[in-house]
Amino acid sequence: MDFLTFIQLLDSTVRLATPLLLACLAGLFSERAGIFDIGLEGKMLAAAFFSAAIAAVTGSVWLGLLAGIASSMAFSLLHGVASITFRGNQLISGVAINFLAAGLTVLIAQDWFSQGGRTPSLMGGARFEPIILPFADSLGGIPVFGPIYRELISGHSILVYVAFAMVPLTWWILFRTRFGLRLRAVGENPAAVDTAGVSVVGLRYAAVIICGVLCGIAGAYLSTALQAGFVKDMSAGRGFIALAALIFAKWRPWYALYATLLFGLFGALETRPDVIEALFGLKVQGALLGALPYVMTVIILAGFVGKAIPPRAGGEPYVKER
Amino acid sequence: MDMMPKWAEVTLVPLISLVLAAILSALVILAIGEDPVEAVNLMVTGALGSTYGWGYTLYYATNFLFTGLAVSVAFHAGLFNIGGEGQAMLGGLGVALACLLIPWPHWTLALLGAAGAAALFGAAWAAIPAFLQAKRGSHIVITTIMFNFIGAAVLNYVLVNLMRPPGSMDPATARFPEATHLPTLHDILLPLGINFSKSAPANVTFLIALLACVLVWFLLWRTWLGYEIRSYGKSEPGAKYAGISPVAITMIAMLISGALAGLMAINNVMGEAERLVLNAVEGAGFIGIAVALMGRSHPFGVLLAAILFGFLYQGGAELALWTSIPRELIVVIQALVILFTGALDNMVRMPLERLFLMLRRGRA
Repeated sequence: MDFLTFIQLLDSTVRLATPLLLACLAGLFSERAGIFDIGLEGKMLAAAFFSAAIAAVTGSVWLGLLAGIASSMAFSLLHGVASITFRGNQLISGVAINFLAAGLTVLIAQDWFSQGGRTPSLMGGARFEPIILPFADSLGGIPVFGPIYRELISGHSILVYVAFAMVPLTWWILFRTRFGLRLRAVGENPAAVDTAGVSVVGLRYAAVIICGVLCGIAGAYLSTALQAGFVKDMSAGRGFIALAALIFAKWRPWYALYATLLFGLFGALETRPDVIEALFGLKVQGALLGALPYVMTVIILAGFVGKAIPPRAGGEPYVKER
Repeated sequence: MDMMPKWAEVTLVPLISLVLAAILSALVILAIGEDPVEAVNLMVTGALGSTYGWGYTLYYATNFLFTGLAVSVAFHAGLFNIGGEGQAMLGGLGVALACLLIPWPHWTLALLGAAGAAALFGAAWAAIPAFLQAKRGSHIVITTIMFNFIGAAVLNYVLVNLMRPPGSMDPATARFPEATHLPTLHDILLPLGINFSKSAPANVTFLIALLACVLVWFLLWRTWLGYEIRSYGKSEPGAKYAGISPVAITMIAMLISGALAGLMAINNVMGEAERLVLNAVEGAGFIGIAVALMGRSHPFGVLLAAILFGFLYQGGAELALWTSIPRELIVVIQALVILFTGALDNMVRMPLERLFLMLRRGRA
């Protein structure tokens, strides 16, 4: 395998890791605050549809992005109402949200566009175009660094850079701000936060809303940057891979980056069986490679390789004592 | 203290949830410019107006009965088995192997053998998450979700590389031999003088599903094991104090749950398709969640809920045929049912409890 193939492989790794990373960080905010969220998939799907639909109608991808974020936040709030206000089962609520999104997106797409549950293909300003970083062409001639800069670092859509910038930002918010400290505390011991006079409900809603915003960006990336338009079930299990990555990353922002890049690499390899054959000299089935993130997560969860310990109050509705 | 009488708990709460889901679904239908009354009419005639419709309704209901019972048994042990989808997929693999590898002399023996294989494969696919939950403390919801995806990948691999007949492009097994074909309701009811539709897929498995309902009821409420499962589900420390082993109960409940989900395959793989195809389960494993929640995890409730969802499925297919409402409407209804009967249970329950308290005070 030559150097350029390797760079191309990493390039598609970055593209495929971006939605995973955003959804993973979304789940991180929510679960750190003690709200389990298996509805990442549904929120991404809803955002993917609404951003593509609004972008197709208005011709502006930015309005599309806003619509995607808004729809994802609406689902987040539903999850919040069910699991925070009515103290319902967070897992069941997540399942419901996944189905609601899967059904509603096709239903509305059919009603609006009559194209069998898809949006029209997006063109021009209705899509996020790749950004060519300065000097990408003039520096491209430098050996090693040139191709890396031109092919790998430059030439992604703005959302990719946003996703990668979210990693240090998430770390900073969670571990260097008062809000972050309280958010983590509410996921470990909500009673203590309540005793300190800070609203448990307020903090959890804040976390759930942040989760909605990030899932919204992830979904918008799928339909307006990675692909040009919405198709039925286009999130294709990415929300669950993000969930797997979150466990793999032990609920930490930097680890989340590494985990999603690893899972992104699996995704990239899945489309390039020739590369695997050249590397390992054996034919690996794409389907089995696609299942690798799930297998690895099960192994990690089982505690055979390191132990993933979730936030202690995760999944538990908080009941104030009287 | 019980806030509500028992009858209200088992009838009013699910009924109100259902009505809420129905109202929202009607609004959805209105929003896409169709007439909800007309839609309901179409669904009723399509799903219940003929033996052909009934044949499909009962066929779907059979699938949902198995997956609904599977989720219910796990619920009783306090476990949430989202893995019914994967377990039913693997159950299909068991059925396919049993039907293709063994030369069965008669369908009754084939049915027994295939059912055994389906239950075994389904249980095996539930065993690993169960073991990890019981022994290693990894969350069963996450592991069963992961096992759904792993199961799909395994099945894909097996169908494409191992079980596909030579020369066929389709990722599916060969057709099962004639001797393994199950009698449909048409064949069963004809001697009784009832002319049931010949082309509907409902088959003898429906009766087995009914039997499974009774057996699950008997297991949960009339045996020692069922008592242990339910007490473990109600209170883990209490069950531990009573000498019930959490590891054993978690394993047994999940094995039964997985076996029930796997058994679904004798309906869809052996009874209907008569070969194993990719995506044979078609989401029935997930509908089991809605069915179990709506049926309050009681076999009789599950039966009613399964028939309701069978009706919705067949009715939804008819709607998609005659109107511009796509089949995904059923997914929306399913989501709303899960939402109201599962996650927003308290929203329905709290006002009802207050109402009954007021009534009680008024009487006193």
